Amino acid sequence: MPANILIVDDSAAIRKILQRVLRQAELPLGQIYEAGDGIQALEIMQANNVSLVLSDINMPNMDGLQLLAQIKANPQWQSVQVVMITTEGNQARVMEAVGLGAAGYVRKPFTSDQIKEKLLTLS
Amino acid sequence: MEPIARPALTEIVQNATHEVFRTMLGMDLAAQPDFVEKFPPPPAEGVVSLIGLAGRWVGTGCVFCSGPFACRISSQMLMTPVTAVGEEVLDVIAELTNMIIGNVKTGLEDSLGPMGLSIPTVVYGKNFTTRSTGEGEFTVYPFSLDGESFEVKICLAPSRKPNLPVRPGFPHSGALQG
Repeated sequence: MPANILIVDDSAAIRKILQRVLRQAELPLGQIYEAGDGIQALEIMQANNVSLVLSDINMPNMDGLQLLAQIKANPQWQSVQVVMITTEGNQARVMEAVGLGAAGYVRKPFTSDQIKEKLLTLS
Repeated sequence: MEPIARPALTEIVQNATHEVFRTMLGMDLAAQPDFVEKFPPPPAEGVVSLIGLAGRWVGTGCVFCSGPFACRISSQMLMTPVTAVGEEVLDVIAELTNMIIGNVKTGLEDSLGPMGLSIPTVVYGKNFTTRSTGEGEFTVYPFSLDGESFEVKICLAPSRKPNLPVRPGFPHSGALQG
């Protein structure tokens, strides 16, 4: 079944780049949704069936780790996979994301191949 | 905690900037000799983007370039022609700053301990200058490409406040002067 994907990043440029990478990745895609922060992301997830979330960490209003914790705390979203795509390279922050249930981690700057490889390991 | 040696900081900043430009933009900048900015720079035209750094050391990371070069960077990143500075360009430069200073932060954390990064603030204008209201001076790391200049600036000083847990998203201490 095609995956509905949610891209969460406060940068419209990064959302646009990730959209392009996803469309060029030749993966079975459904809808691609976009959110500018964790609060918008939760609103989109409540209204739509999302199976994969690509999220930045450092965002206003609700950051990526808070979003990840909210997703994993909701029984309806247990199967949703969350990949963090961020400049955050602090090992403690990476371990925090993994501990909260992140399925993967990609550091910015990224190449389109790095994103594709990460998505292939999930599918 | 000992301050980081200037050559080590130079290497961290240059590596972070080269990596971001090569990976995201396919552009190879030439690094120029770095220098300490003793006085605020003269009023300029261009795009400046500021991010606060906080931890046991605090300060500001900043990038500066001309409007036309900001448009060229944006065109390259978005793979679509951009001819004027607008919201799209400001967003690209903010994200570029986030990546460069974010990677500098990661490099600094080995020496200076865990640090937090603020959300970037980006400004386009004419006849403005920048300065830090905190202690310390900006070290300027200039780069060039095809006659255009791109500057990364870092200002760091030991924190006077007790060590608090650092989280992303705090306000930065940079200031603009019209």
